[in-house]
Amino acid sequence: MAEQPMIEMKNVTKVYDNGTVGLKNINLKINKGEFVVIVGLSGAGKSTLLRAINRLHDISEGDILIDGESITKAKGKNLRLMRRKIGMIFQSFNLVKRSSVLRNVLAGRLAYYPTWKTTFNLFTDKDKQRAYEALQSVGMAEKVYSRADELSGGQQQRVAIARVLTQRPEIILADEPTASLDPKTSRQVMEDLKMLNEKYDMTVVANLHSIELAKEFGHRVIGVRAGEIVYDGKMEDTPQSVFDNIYNGGKGKEED
Amino acid sequence: MSATDRDMLKLPKKKFKMWNWVWVILMILGLVLSVNNTQTSLPEFFANFDQFAEIFVQMAQPDWSYAGTAIPYLVETIKMAIISTVIGSLLAFVYSLLIARNIVHNRVITGVLRFIMNIIRTIPDLLLGSIFVAIVGIGPVAGILALTVFTFGVVVKLFYEAIETIDPGPSEAIKAVGGNGMNNIMFAVMPQILPYFISYALYAFEINVRASTILGYIGAGGIGLQLKNTLDMFNYNQTGMIILVVFLVVLVIDFVSTKAREALMR
Amino acid sequence: MDTTMKKLPPKPVTAKSRAIKWGGWIISIAIIIWSCTGIDFGGIKPTAGQITGAIFNGLFHPDWSYVYNGSGEDLVSQLWQTLCIAFLGTFISAIISVPFAFWAANTRHKKFWVSESGKIVLTFIRSFPEIVLALMFIKAVGPGAPAGALALGLHSVGMLAMLFSEAIESLDDGPAEAITAVGGSKFNVAVFATLPDLMPAIVSNTLYRFDVSVRSASVLGLVGAGGIGYPLIIALNYRQWSRVGIILLGIIVMVVVIDWISGAIRKKLV
Repeated sequence: MAEQPMIEMKNVTKVYDNGTVGLKNINLKINKGEFVVIVGLSGAGKSTLLRAINRLHDISEGDILIDGESITKAKGKNLRLMRRKIGMIFQSFNLVKRSSVLRNVLAGRLAYYPTWKTTFNLFTDKDKQRAYEALQSVGMAEKVYSRADELSGGQQQRVAIARVLTQRPEIILADEPTASLDPKTSRQVMEDLKMLNEKYDMTVVANLHSIELAKEFGHRVIGVRAGEIVYDGKMEDTPQSVFDNIYNGGKGKEED
Repeated sequence: MSATDRDMLKLPKKKFKMWNWVWVILMILGLVLSVNNTQTSLPEFFANFDQFAEIFVQMAQPDWSYAGTAIPYLVETIKMAIISTVIGSLLAFVYSLLIARNIVHNRVITGVLRFIMNIIRTIPDLLLGSIFVAIVGIGPVAGILALTVFTFGVVVKLFYEAIETIDPGPSEAIKAVGGNGMNNIMFAVMPQILPYFISYALYAFEINVRASTILGYIGAGGIGLQLKNTLDMFNYNQTGMIILVVFLVVLVIDFVSTKAREALMR
Repeated sequence: MDTTMKKLPPKPVTAKSRAIKWGGWIISIAIIIWSCTGIDFGGIKPTAGQITGAIFNGLFHPDWSYVYNGSGEDLVSQLWQTLCIAFLGTFISAIISVPFAFWAANTRHKKFWVSESGKIVLTFIRSFPEIVLALMFIKAVGPGAPAGALALGLHSVGMLAMLFSEAIESLDDGPAEAITAVGGSKFNVAVFATLPDLMPAIVSNTLYRFDVSVRSASVLGLVGAGGIGYPLIIALNYRQWSRVGIILLGIIVMVVVIDWISGAIRKKLV
């Protein structure tokens, strides 16, 4: 009767070529529909952990299961189909600057088509409408034909969210989505992620550097330090001291 | 006050930099060797300067009636340049995708292909022309073949260097969405480098127009043949006409090409 | 509260941008098709394939005896002469290029047409066929290497001065203003402010030009201005394919080595 977790990481370790340990024996289960935030210092391994989930980074040991299927062992087309289920938001937005907003958003549907069709730009009208509706959901509809580099940072990130929405994934990974944005736009972006989580039942895993935003939007918080998980609990049960601990390297007292 | 005067230090001697002296000596050595080897003597040149000047003076009075004969050959020259640029650039485009390390991750393949590219790049255009003339005979075909290879060599390096300097972010996004290599090229790589490609092709075209005007000298078609004829017959007025016409064409093409490249980079 | 989604509007294209796009494509394709007309493609010799094979054969079985035989006419001597021609030519051209560069550089203190005229002069020098220049020098100093070196020296000015002037244009105005402020003349400005900042660019561009000059010098021999071009054309005409092979190999090796050395030096400069 127990539903299998959406994301499951078993004994995951990553060691870089130069010997640095990125992740150490990570064990994690995330269920469908959760909104998880990962907190920790820069370089603690948050980004590596996130990118391990959709295999943008390969792991050295262990296994990662997406909806019960191992992404670690997946190859070629199978790997891409699994990635299709996972959407990603990047700190630097990663839009193609010279392409139009529409084309950027349509890129979310790439893995739904055979290669030759998208090479000749043969997207279906239904998908184009889907892309347009996604842009409307994030309030970016009137920019649909603008070039991506004509947009501000916050606007670009919202277009990136539209791309993820168009992809219709089951999981959304957000790697420091608000790090380059001002407070107001950061909040807008987080609201969009919340909308995707509640309206479309997408599982959200977000790296956040802002404890404020983490507390406001996350249901579950995971603390990472030096490649290991040092805390995992429900947000409402988590006292401030936990955050202080994680950000102060275990020294306990909050430094002013 | 006098105490501070006495405390002023004398200007220290400038540090002896070994390296600078090494370079100077190398330069002088190089000069001596080259002058000796080539037996170049500027005095001799200045002594015979009048002969040099005489030719130049004749060229400066171009034979306008010759323009009618020259222009068709010039047109052929331009056609040669266009064809070679188009074919050479297309070949270079495909090849560059194969040697860009952010597209093809196999170091062996990129290494071997780059080696071949470097070999092709070393041979100057006129020598290529001579070789092709020996192969296919006199005429514009030799010139087109030579320039195509030459264009390929010039442009392929520019292309792959442009590809390797693109922003890796969009490629990451395409990979995360589940795209494959072709998706990456079409959606992330191409939009970023297309303006550069066209710009480099236009640059190659500028070079080719100049090169193709000379290729005829060795029989590879174009106006170069007329150049040779007029020189052989000492008709320097006609040579002057040819040079003038070529100069004007190069000016115009350079100008248009530069404007087009500026517009692209916007 | 139920917001129904709007339909995707059609792509907004102004008549002008559509005209430009269509016009651009049509003109480009027309130009390409036009270029293919009037060229006699059928003039390929029937022996083409055989000769290509022979050349490749010559490349793989090169005439090693030609490499060095002490006669002064062998591969090594000719390559060395080519290098000397290139060196001398580049040296001469570097010196001549500096004043030209100042002429052609479009800095704030100059009238536009002054520097523009300089640029046009440089374009003229650049489009003046090197071969013709070499022949003119041959008339003056006789056939052989000196003509080649002088022709190379003069012709390179076209490109080198252009590169220098671009470097001058990209320089910071500050030092020049400072020299003017203390009462220096235009010449003082050039010597004390511009030249020192320009030195790295001068060296780097000259090295780059040396690269190109080595290739040009190999070519000038075709018209008798010295260097490896002459033996190559002789070998081609007399169908001595293995000699062609060794000469090509020699040229390739020489250019690769020079490229590598010049690249290494330029990296150290930066």
